[in-house]
Amino acid sequence: MDKVQSTGGHGLDSSSDAAIIMQGLSKRFGELQAVDSVDLRIEKGELFGLLGPNGAGKSTIIKMLTTMLAPSGGLARVWGHDIAKERNAVRSSIGVVFQDPALDDMLTGRENLDFHGRMYGMDGPLRKKRIEEVLQLVDLSDRADVKVQNYSGGMQRRLEIARGLMHHPHVLFLDEPTLGLDAQTRRYIWQYIRDLNLKEGVTIVLTTHYMEEADSLCDRVAIIDKGRIVALDTPENLKDMIGADVITLNIQEDGQELLKSLKALPWVSSVDSANGSTEIMVDHAQSRIPEVMALACKTQVIVKTVGLHEPTLEDVFLKFTGKKIRAEGAAVNMKAMMPPGHRRRR
Amino acid sequence: MIRDAYAVYSIWLREMLRFFRLKSRVIGSIGAPFFFLAFLTMGFGPVSSMPGIPEGMDYVSYLTPGIIGMTLLFSSTFAGLSVLWDREFGFLKEIMVAPVSRISIVLGRTSGGVTTAIMQASIILISGILLGMSVPTLSGLLLSVVFMILIASAFIGLGLAFASKMEDMSGFSLIMNFLIFPLFFLSGALFPVDRFPAAVRMLSYLNPLTYGVDGLRYSLIGVSAFPPALDLGLLLLFCALMLGIGAYLFEISEVK
Repeated sequence: MDKVQSTGGHGLDSSSDAAIIMQGLSKRFGELQAVDSVDLRIEKGELFGLLGPNGAGKSTIIKMLTTMLAPSGGLARVWGHDIAKERNAVRSSIGVVFQDPALDDMLTGRENLDFHGRMYGMDGPLRKKRIEEVLQLVDLSDRADVKVQNYSGGMQRRLEIARGLMHHPHVLFLDEPTLGLDAQTRRYIWQYIRDLNLKEGVTIVLTTHYMEEADSLCDRVAIIDKGRIVALDTPENLKDMIGADVITLNIQEDGQELLKSLKALPWVSSVDSANGSTEIMVDHAQSRIPEVMALACKTQVIVKTVGLHEPTLEDVFLKFTGKKIRAEGAAVNMKAMMPPGHRRRR
Repeated sequence: MIRDAYAVYSIWLREMLRFFRLKSRVIGSIGAPFFFLAFLTMGFGPVSSMPGIPEGMDYVSYLTPGIIGMTLLFSSTFAGLSVLWDREFGFLKEIMVAPVSRISIVLGRTSGGVTTAIMQASIILISGILLGMSVPTLSGLLLSVVFMILIASAFIGLGLAFASKMEDMSGFSLIMNFLIFPLFFLSGALFPVDRFPAAVRMLSYLNPLTYGVDGLRYSLIGVSAFPPALDLGLLLLFCALMLGIGAYLFEISEVK
């Protein structure tokens, strides 16, 4: 490689105690700058989340870190190994659960794991022992000898997580681990991920466009939009940036007068209205609801429902990018849920 | 090094598991060559002297090596192209993210494809013998296996090269109908290539499978149009070239 890169490499060496370091990491596809000079340091033992809408560049970052794509600029080290120059060393240090299923559905769960163990140089007795362990971890022991094509989506996902762990990776990458799964399965998988991080001490990097997922699981979250990190902190600190509660009103007719008088109040930081639903950011929701209701009576607006919630990462995302994750995520999510059933059988 | 050898074995083993599990595909892929063999033998077999075929040689003996070549051609190209399935169904990522050299991945696939192709070819050989083909000698049989390995490896390389350049399966029938079928008909599998007009005959001489089929005929029935050493040499050259190109294109192709 050229000189600039190797100098940069030395700079990275000094802080190689981190699990992952990215410096100016970029990827360009033709005209599209998918990842735009990302600097990020992920510590050993962290459960780290990359949160952002589809197309934000999360998966591209994961693909570069897992040596599936070559970066077009910048550098990164995973467990001390350069992702461009020491690909096999990187591959030995990581486990990956890709966004789309990567199982051979003609083989049984056990055979898929056995294949994996062999590819990672594990001998027979070790494979056998480890297969039982990881199957137990994801509750698939009794389905191990069933062909993967007869697994449900949730079972396939669990099998992939088990496989990603089989060779004791230092870092486990999970690309949208719960995409397209039902709420119950999602919670189970969250529990597995937490356990792994705590009990096996695996550094975990996951991508998601579900706010709840990033919020409930991750030690730290990087919010990504258009290939850049727009915010990086613990979920709590990120939400504290909003510094307000949110009251949601559903009102009949337009209620322009109510909105106008709400905006004039000193304890209201902002009012947004869309499709008859109004979001009011206030300093302390519980004590402000009566005042809002009183004001509604005064302006003769009929309130159908009233709700309040603490700030979510969704609100944080809205603040930093001026748009919602959910609106974009939802459409893509529908599509992502289609393929398993619609795919041709081999 | 040891891990790479293990990876080759691992990928080979997966191909075997899949092969024996997908019985319908095995039967399906053996169907076409079997029917070619059976019906052409029934149709032309009784004719005592076929133009271009050595005197006293029955057609089933002449045809069987050709149909074995056909089986190897189709099965191997398909095995090379099956990388496309793995890409479409995501399993290729599982293979590519493993800490093994890329060449061991290609070798694993090739050895798996060669094994399945030869198993299918053996079924055709046995069918040919049952249909009245003269039984080959042991040394001839061993030599034929060498030719089979070379033919299969070469066309797996070809399939792999195409698979690396294709986005999805849409080009599949194009390759089958406009490359593989012409290669089959031009190879002299069904009748001697000197039955072709001069211009077409030139195409036959450029077709590597021609030398493969000729080599198989030499090994199995002791009859050949070219010197067997020439068959072997040209086939070796083509095999090395195709595997090299296939492995190179596979290595530089990125997994999406």
